[in-house]
Amino acid sequence: MRADLQLISDWIPSNSRVLDLGCGDGALLAHLSEHKNVAGYGLEIDAENINMCIERGIPVLEQDIDQGLQNFEEQGFEVVVMAHALQQFRRPDLLLDEMLRIGKEAIITFPNFGHWRNRVHLGIKGHMPVSEFLPYNWYDTPNIHFCTFNDFRDLCQDKGLKVQRWAAVDGQLHDHWWTRLMPNLFSETAIFKVSR
Amino acid sequence: MPDTIPVDSVGLITPQVAHFDTPLVLACGQTLPNYQLVYETYGELNADASNAILICHALSGDHHAAGYHSMEDRKPGWWDSAIGPGKPIDTNHFFVISLNNLGGCSGSTGPTTVNPATGKVWGAEFPMVTVEDWVETQARFADRFGIQTFAAIVGGSLGGMQVLDWSVRYPDRLQAAAIIASAPKLSTQNIAFNEVARQSIRRDPQFHDGQYIEQDTIPTNGLGLARMLGHITYLSDDSMGNKFGRQMRHDTYQYNYEVEFEVESYLRYQGEAFTKRFDANTYMLMTKALDYFDPAAREGGDLAKVLSKAQCEFLLVSFTTDWRFSPARSEEIVDALIRSGKHVSYTKIEAIEGHDAFLFPIPRYMNALRGFLSRVAKCLPKENA
Repeated sequence: MRADLQLISDWIPSNSRVLDLGCGDGALLAHLSEHKNVAGYGLEIDAENINMCIERGIPVLEQDIDQGLQNFEEQGFEVVVMAHALQQFRRPDLLLDEMLRIGKEAIITFPNFGHWRNRVHLGIKGHMPVSEFLPYNWYDTPNIHFCTFNDFRDLCQDKGLKVQRWAAVDGQLHDHWWTRLMPNLFSETAIFKVSR
Repeated sequence: MPDTIPVDSVGLITPQVAHFDTPLVLACGQTLPNYQLVYETYGELNADASNAILICHALSGDHHAAGYHSMEDRKPGWWDSAIGPGKPIDTNHFFVISLNNLGGCSGSTGPTTVNPATGKVWGAEFPMVTVEDWVETQARFADRFGIQTFAAIVGGSLGGMQVLDWSVRYPDRLQAAAIIASAPKLSTQNIAFNEVARQSIRRDPQFHDGQYIEQDTIPTNGLGLARMLGHITYLSDDSMGNKFGRQMRHDTYQYNYEVEFEVESYLRYQGEAFTKRFDANTYMLMTKALDYFDPAAREGGDLAKVLSKAQCEFLLVSFTTDWRFSPARSEEIVDALIRSGKHVSYTKIEAIEGHDAFLFPIPRYMNALRGFLSRVAKCLPKENA
């Protein structure tokens, strides 16, 4: 399982109801169902991923998140998760509102655009960063709303959201004293758990 | 006609008949003292009768879902693409049952069979049957085979409504439910289409108030018209456009009411061919069964409350160009299942074929069905898995 999913899994209470937005092949929900008795649904639009979920028995719904989540009732889930996808949607800020309408808590992970290597790419070399972790060119990237660790923290503040927990980790999803000390500069992936 | 039976076919099949002598009280209030159902089975029932899949047919379907009746058959059963060894409904693992619903016209008791009370063909005297009645007869049929719990029940369109009803009427009698291109109830527009179909049959002078068989005639014009109308609603604008466009029979306009455009010829052919294989009274009954279906009405319109009784895992499938039972209708069921916390997966398949898409072997659709049922197969005792 992807290391960030392991981390998210540790933050999800046992026996809870989880909605996983952009659930991929269902790895997180499979893990949660097996180890924490969590029942949940994944939303996905990729055909292969959807089929993978169906085959492994993970409830998956083909639904385009950009078209809205109005079909989900208020506070129907304990946790709504979005792993590494927030930056791919048209209005991440409104999506965050929706996540907290549907769920009591939201867990979001995203690539920190403020990482020093990205700054070197843009600041010194003068190019949009392309790395193993962000392997796209500017014109074909699905990531249309990059943000930094600090940007997201500020958004939560502006919206009056409570940051329950956060983690700032390197490419291998390990946290270190330096990623904790200067997350905006040294973390490659940011993980937030927020609530109203 | 197949020169040889394909290896992934269930092969040559002989339909069978099951008689039932326990009276059946129908939703309409009438009682059938006895009745028979014609059916086919594919694959082998396992020792503990846990590997059965029930196929529920749609409006004009019947028991002949897969394989061939003879080497002279032009085409196999209506869902041959999905049922067979190695196919999504895999007869290497499952025992598949397909029956002709009560009120049908392919051998089960219905308007074309003889009413034992009068010695005459039932015709329009045959009582109205509903989806709930069908599920009841299917449950009795399962009892006959010693099948307490179906591994899965699968159906498209009107067949999907039967699956939906099964999931809440007999929640402990199925492990999995696949509901394809269906709806929790008909829309106003759907009922309206059905009414035009019925009126075109009833207004045919050959209808004779439904007793046309006694008069040795058939309301071919009315039934043909009903089918033409229905057929348009089963296709999409794009699929008709791709198939016929504005192709013409002649190089120039004839300025008369004979066939000018190929689509006219196609519809006339479809209408006429249908009257040779289908009964007008059965067609009317089936459209009424569609109209009446509304399980949520039992709970004041709360579908989630009705579905809270269900225990099985669900797969819902819709098709993008289906406007008779649009994706939004399947999504109503999905949303209700989510609200009641049920295990459901849903996929919306890109397809040009309109409502008819559920009969086509579209790869993504077939993969979803295969994946869903392979999970069910894994839970079977070793001998089948």
